[in-house]
Amino acid sequence: MSTTRPEGYWSGVFKRLKRDKLTLICSGILLLMLIVMIAAPLIAPHSPYQGSMIRRLKPIGFPGYPLGTDELGRDMIARLIYGGRLSWTLGISPVVIAFTIGGMLGIIAGYAGGWLGMLIMRVTDIFYAFPSVLLAVAISGALGAGIFNAVLALTLVFIPPIIRVAESVTTSVRVLDYVESARASGAGAFTIVRVHVLPNVLGPIFVYATNLISVSMILASGLSFLGLGTKPPEPEWGLMLNTLRTAIYNQPLIAMLPGVCIFITSICFNMVSDGLRSAMDVRN
Amino acid sequence: MSNLVHVRDLTVKFVSRDRTVHAVNGVDFDLDQGEVLCILGESGSGKSVTLRALMRLNPPTRTVMTGTLNVGGQDIITASDREIESIRGRSVAMVFQEPMTALDPVFTIGQQIRETVIRHEGVSKADAHKRALELLDLVQIPSAERRLAAYPHELSGGLRQRAMIAIALSCRPKLLLADEPTTALDATVQIQILLLLRRLQRELGMGVIFVTHDLGVAGEIADRIAVMYAGRFVEEGAVREVMRHAKHPYTQGLLGATVHEGMRGKRLTTIIGSPPNLANLPTGCAFAPRCPSADAACLEAVPGLDGAFGAHRARCIHQPAEAMA
Amino acid sequence: MIATIFRRALYSLPIALAVSLFCFLLVHIAPGDPINAILPPDAPADVVAQVKEAYGLDKPLPVQFGIWLFRVLHGDLGRSLATGRDIWPDLHSALANTLVLAAAAAMIGFPLGTMFGSIAGAFRGSWIDRAAVVLAVAGVSVPHYWLGMVMVVIFSVLLNWLPSMGASPDGSGVWALDWGHLSHIVLPAITLSVIPMGIVTRTLRGIVGDILNQDFITTLRGKGLRRGGLIAHVVKNAAPQALAVMGLQLGYLMGGSILVETVFAWPGTGLLLNNAIFQRDIPVLQATILVLSMFFVGLNLAVDLAQALLDPRMRR
Repeated sequence: MSTTRPEGYWSGVFKRLKRDKLTLICSGILLLMLIVMIAAPLIAPHSPYQGSMIRRLKPIGFPGYPLGTDELGRDMIARLIYGGRLSWTLGISPVVIAFTIGGMLGIIAGYAGGWLGMLIMRVTDIFYAFPSVLLAVAISGALGAGIFNAVLALTLVFIPPIIRVAESVTTSVRVLDYVESARASGAGAFTIVRVHVLPNVLGPIFVYATNLISVSMILASGLSFLGLGTKPPEPEWGLMLNTLRTAIYNQPLIAMLPGVCIFITSICFNMVSDGLRSAMDVRN
Repeated sequence: MSNLVHVRDLTVKFVSRDRTVHAVNGVDFDLDQGEVLCILGESGSGKSVTLRALMRLNPPTRTVMTGTLNVGGQDIITASDREIESIRGRSVAMVFQEPMTALDPVFTIGQQIRETVIRHEGVSKADAHKRALELLDLVQIPSAERRLAAYPHELSGGLRQRAMIAIALSCRPKLLLADEPTTALDATVQIQILLLLRRLQRELGMGVIFVTHDLGVAGEIADRIAVMYAGRFVEEGAVREVMRHAKHPYTQGLLGATVHEGMRGKRLTTIIGSPPNLANLPTGCAFAPRCPSADAACLEAVPGLDGAFGAHRARCIHQPAEAMA
Repeated sequence: MIATIFRRALYSLPIALAVSLFCFLLVHIAPGDPINAILPPDAPADVVAQVKEAYGLDKPLPVQFGIWLFRVLHGDLGRSLATGRDIWPDLHSALANTLVLAAAAAMIGFPLGTMFGSIAGAFRGSWIDRAAVVLAVAGVSVPHYWLGMVMVVIFSVLLNWLPSMGASPDGSGVWALDWGHLSHIVLPAITLSVIPMGIVTRTLRGIVGDILNQDFITTLRGKGLRRGGLIAHVVKNAAPQALAVMGLQLGYLMGGSILVETVFAWPGTGLLLNNAIFQRDIPVLQATILVLSMFFVGLNLAVDLAQALLDPRMRR
């Protein structure tokens, strides 16, 4: 974990990122998806909700419906675009919330240490005793279906690993000479954390959190796939995969489409996260 | 050609896609059976690379070697991998700087000695074990049987380095290479290890090449000293000669920056600047940018070593009057 | 060594206790009165009173936890809301099926991941390395429930080679080792193996690369060891960490198979959970989560001990 920041560190990071073609391409794809989703009402040719019994499960390339229609005759393009809005929200918001809460708790645990740090870390250990999928299913299964519950469950899944990373990075920064000397010269704890600790620990925690987005996307759509996230008729990639399962015999290609979207998003987030990490690693 | 080691115009380059590092740029020396040569230099001077070149131990994919390099009559540069593998650990062995990381942490000391003996001599495990016991005795590790069953992390730094030496000696090499073997140790332990190495060298009659950045260590163990800078020997000669009548400004600077006998009442001096970038060497004398007596002539060509082979000689066109005695 | 085993086992006791507390609380975080989570809504009043009494639902939470824990420790996991039957027998056979599936996935994913990862780590920067990295990223990024559907489309729908649903030709939940049963496990096992394969590849690439960069490798080369001798050292150095990753992955396979089991209607704990969620059968949910997470705690302990056994530096 890098903890020293030589002069021009960030310009070095950007220079390395600019040379990393794969990361650039993946960020480009993600950006494009984001723009399409934001501009959904302008781009989508049809309503994602309006179906028709006569044009159910039309194949790819059907006039007026380039990607065909789903089992209720709704336009696949519209549903995929609007579904992206929900899937991205469901996948990213738990990581953002967990980054905020987990990062804070981890920095507190790492900086304060003592009984408080001990308490935070022991509670974290308990959550590590569950495989992540199981934990998400347990919490949202008990709370019942719904977007809010799914986000809550996933947030709880991601807080413990972020706490661990934040704690270990903070601990390594805390013992650095300049932090010790700031403390020795009488600076308050809050000032030290703000001036010396935060700038050094936020980067690594952030990179770790970006790494979780990919898992979060898969899990969030997975919860919807199990009927634990969004409810019909809302378009969401995981839920669409589930309802299209009945169509795998007559329109297998259409049934696969939402999964392709999840896969592309997830792999791009993974690549970008890996690229960020190696660009921020001073050793390279 | 009866020398144990015969090196002429050795160069070692590390080639990668972005750049080429010229680590060793024309080194000549001979070493006789039973002789101790000390190569002295800062980190990045090419001394460790020279040492590793003698066993072809530099990273195989990136290393390019030219020149003549004979060890025990075997041409190291052109030998096949198989030939090199049977020389390593048998007729040439190496002791490394940091025994904690140079020993495999999950194998016992005994296993690490035995595998060398079995590899080169094909003896039974029981015989290898017997040899291991003798070796621990030789390097003065008490309660040998128990220590053979120990893992590296269970031994003290000094014992670990003795175990490292035992591994190196396990097949009675003719040439022992030592890469700063005392640098990582406490001062008192350093002296013990030095004394041990000197005694073993005399008893076994090995040739030894000893790499260090510590003048005191060099004076303690060497017959001859070679001072290395930017991949070249800049001064070489018998240990007393070099220590007392240093010819090259760099050697003089090293002596001036070290606390040793006869320094009482004198100011310690430092060598200003830092060693040159080996990916981009200057023409002319590599030390000129840091040299107090450099002038335009120094930058024209790399100075040759003056004097006869084997005599006390230096690579400097000015050879200023001795700054200190 | 015995002291080590004892101490590590002792460390996992509070974890196990906390895990059971979490499972106990699942009933209480479910919306509404806990009694509605335990009993069907149409239960007669005297049954409600009787169950309230038996579970101590009128008593404070810590007492309830004590009563619940006592029952669980005596093998009483409660009754299913949907079927009214004891949970344990159903859970038991589901657990066996999940274990079979997880083991099969591990037998596919671990060796492949080890192979790709080790080769990539040994030849960093080569095309094999780059291919392994891409494979690993794809493996951890693929939504495996979708991959399961793709497999069904290709191998069941289009090629009609392999069955797409269930664990056995006769539809019974019992597993046996013959072609009929094997053909059912192929698709779900391959699907489930993709994530651990990616993770094992990624981890082993790192481990092997790091080991080969260590000083002692130079020492070993300097001793004249050939490739075979070096490999023995790399294997023994890599084993503790590799084993730890695989142990955890086995746990994730058990706990994470819910999505794949749902796709393939595999009669394991995942399908049990899925049905429990669908029917809001909280006692079954609770019992399944409890047993699976206890299994995971035990697995963690076993990994810990195995690591201590393999790595002399960890024996303390």
